[in-house]
Amino acid sequence: MAAYVLTKAGANVLMLEAGGKWFASHGDSKMMVPNYSTHRRGGSTRLKPFGEFDGCVGGWEIDGEPYTTAPGTNFAWWRARMLGGRTNHWGRISLRFGPNDFRGKSRDGLGDDWPISYDDVAPYYDKTDQLIGIYGSKEGIYNEPDGIFHPAPAPRCYELMIKQASDQLNITCIPARRSVITKPLNGRQACHYCGQCGRGCATKSNFSSPDVLIAPALDTGKLTLITNAMVREVVVGPDGLATGVSYIDKSTGMDMKVNARVVVLAASALETARILMNSKSSRFPNGVANSSGTVGKYITDTTGAGVSGYIPKMEDHVTHNEDGAGGLHVYMPWWLDNKKLDFPRGYHIEVGGGVRQPGGGFMGGIQRYPGGGGYGKKLKDDYRKYYGATVSFDGRGEMIPNDDTYCEIDPRVVDQFGIPVLRFHWKWTDHEINQIKHMQTTFRSLITQMGGTVFDPMPSKEDGYGIADGGTIIHELGGTRMGKDPKTSVVSGNCQAHDVKNLFVADGGPFVSQADKNPTWTILALAWRTSDYITEQMKQRAI
Amino acid sequence: MSDETRKEGIARRDALKAMALLPFAAAWDFSTPQIARAETVFAPEFAAAAPYEAKFFTPHEWRLVSILTDLIIPKDERSGSATDAKVPEYIDWLMADEETSRDSRTSMRGGLAWIDLQSQIRFGKTFARATDAQRKQILDDIAWPKKARPEMSQGVSFFNRFRDLTASGFFSSEMGYKDVRFVGNVFNPGYNGCPPEAMAKLGVSFDVMKTRIKPE
Repeated sequence: MAAYVLTKAGANVLMLEAGGKWFASHGDSKMMVPNYSTHRRGGSTRLKPFGEFDGCVGGWEIDGEPYTTAPGTNFAWWRARMLGGRTNHWGRISLRFGPNDFRGKSRDGLGDDWPISYDDVAPYYDKTDQLIGIYGSKEGIYNEPDGIFHPAPAPRCYELMIKQASDQLNITCIPARRSVITKPLNGRQACHYCGQCGRGCATKSNFSSPDVLIAPALDTGKLTLITNAMVREVVVGPDGLATGVSYIDKSTGMDMKVNARVVVLAASALETARILMNSKSSRFPNGVANSSGTVGKYITDTTGAGVSGYIPKMEDHVTHNEDGAGGLHVYMPWWLDNKKLDFPRGYHIEVGGGVRQPGGGFMGGIQRYPGGGGYGKKLKDDYRKYYGATVSFDGRGEMIPNDDTYCEIDPRVVDQFGIPVLRFHWKWTDHEINQIKHMQTTFRSLITQMGGTVFDPMPSKEDGYGIADGGTIIHELGGTRMGKDPKTSVVSGNCQAHDVKNLFVADGGPFVSQADKNPTWTILALAWRTSDYITEQMKQRAI
Repeated sequence: MSDETRKEGIARRDALKAMALLPFAAAWDFSTPQIARAETVFAPEFAAAAPYEAKFFTPHEWRLVSILTDLIIPKDERSGSATDAKVPEYIDWLMADEETSRDSRTSMRGGLAWIDLQSQIRFGKTFARATDAQRKQILDDIAWPKKARPEMSQGVSFFNRFRDLTASGFFSSEMGYKDVRFVGNVFNPGYNGCPPEAMAKLGVSFDVMKTRIKPE
């Protein structure tokens, strides 16, 4: 987003990308390839954990790029190594943070408030909606602000049933909000409902940055792109200002330097913290922009737990194409008042189920259905009968930053480029665990309300009620949080480093808190806002 | 899921290599609705003229796997059997794949040996030489986990996994897609949500979207 806004404003931008070029619209997408076209049948691999056809080059493990965890820490770090990074891997669920989400501490005393408010970001949410496109519906819910929406796709069968059950249980359920266009927009074609957003959209009907932001930025002639450039350090001059960055050219292994008037880090929240902490000098012994010592601190991931079940009513489905827009068409925003609950922040519910393209892992665990397993003709008929007769609910909730959850430079380990790696410390508190318990109970009641049977028993308290490990929901935020006070924060409300005025962060690093909202839309809006600020500051020769 | 996924494959494999084997028809014009099923550009799985040579299974295991998969998914009026859909080839390929752990391989070999051993203990002959009734007698003891006797637990555990693999191989084949009448994975600009006959069957309608529960 920063490259798009800055080039459009007339700046010359150099973009350093740690991976290679990738454009879904230039033949890189595996959209509509049937799973049976390979031996693996679309199944996952270590380097393609979301299936071999997934659009993202990256995963929790990358050859030659380790990270470490402190004893007792369960954390996994997703990295994307390709043009557009993580925008090639996401559910396209695009939720605005609401007014309450910027002022958590004022409301319940936990965490910190942001130095900016919803009103500061709202115009940039609007601009992002209009440039990139998003489907949804106007609902007028205070903390789930409406955007400028394309019509949401019509619900799938199981989504109508979920809506019905939600009504009966007094759970708010509304059309989903995803960055998929259902009408043509800015030269891009409307969604064709093949259901495969994750593979990258060859028609550019969903959002990933290479086709939607980087290509138009390149068209300005102002953007120079260097791929396979692994940035390792922000270089600082004698005046304390950033002069550029150093990177390893992965094709030659050589250390390269580039100079710039302004440096914008958008390497993903934790990678940005790593670069800053690795930028050590006599002037900045703890790394650049880290006089507060808070780089790598206040990191969070979304909390997550999921429950699935079998719904007898959905047996022997009426044959039809249920693919839809590659993700949910309805969802449940946070609907309860935390004052009445034993945990402080909310979660939203993502739904899934129905008929999916068969592939590796098809209907695993058939013994959990009423047939109880078996073999032969009866079993074959059971697969047919139960195919598509399931629903799943996934909770995505807000974690509150805590002092035991942070990353630092590992004193002993380097990656294959010789760059010191991150070591993670991760701890959930009762805030998160109690919230997960509530998710489990809610999802189980929804399945019961639909007349269904839950597949797996409720996980125990010792297992955190099934809370997903840190990093596995892939919403890491913080590490360079924003704030008014340079002693307790890394960047200002404009994402400008307190210590280095020509250094900015344009990823999830500056987030002060999570909110139960997927972060992409806010990252985009903030990056746009930061880029406008950079433009204005450059015009005033302030930087 | 993610955690399991990460634990699964320990061996190295360059996923990009696999992707490179699949030249996508980049020249297609996606702006026209003429896109047919993508399947037509891909050679059907394991359809080579030469007979498949097992990379993982021994000839004895291959015979056993072929019998077992067909007992699990037999031919019927709607579609062919597991071996018709080349399920043994699928399982053999997966087992030989670099991503598959040594433990998974051992448990596959061990599970097959367990079945064969049962047959020898009970009937004095290998599973392949046993009669159809004798084979089913063994499967009856392990195919329904809830009803199985405790001493059958290792067999149950193996059979759960083996049945999953068999179904996975069968239903993810082109024959399997047709069997379960999967009609998606196509250019479908006319998508319009749950069709009326399905809504009637499920007792829902688009009207359910009109009501709103306000958050507290």
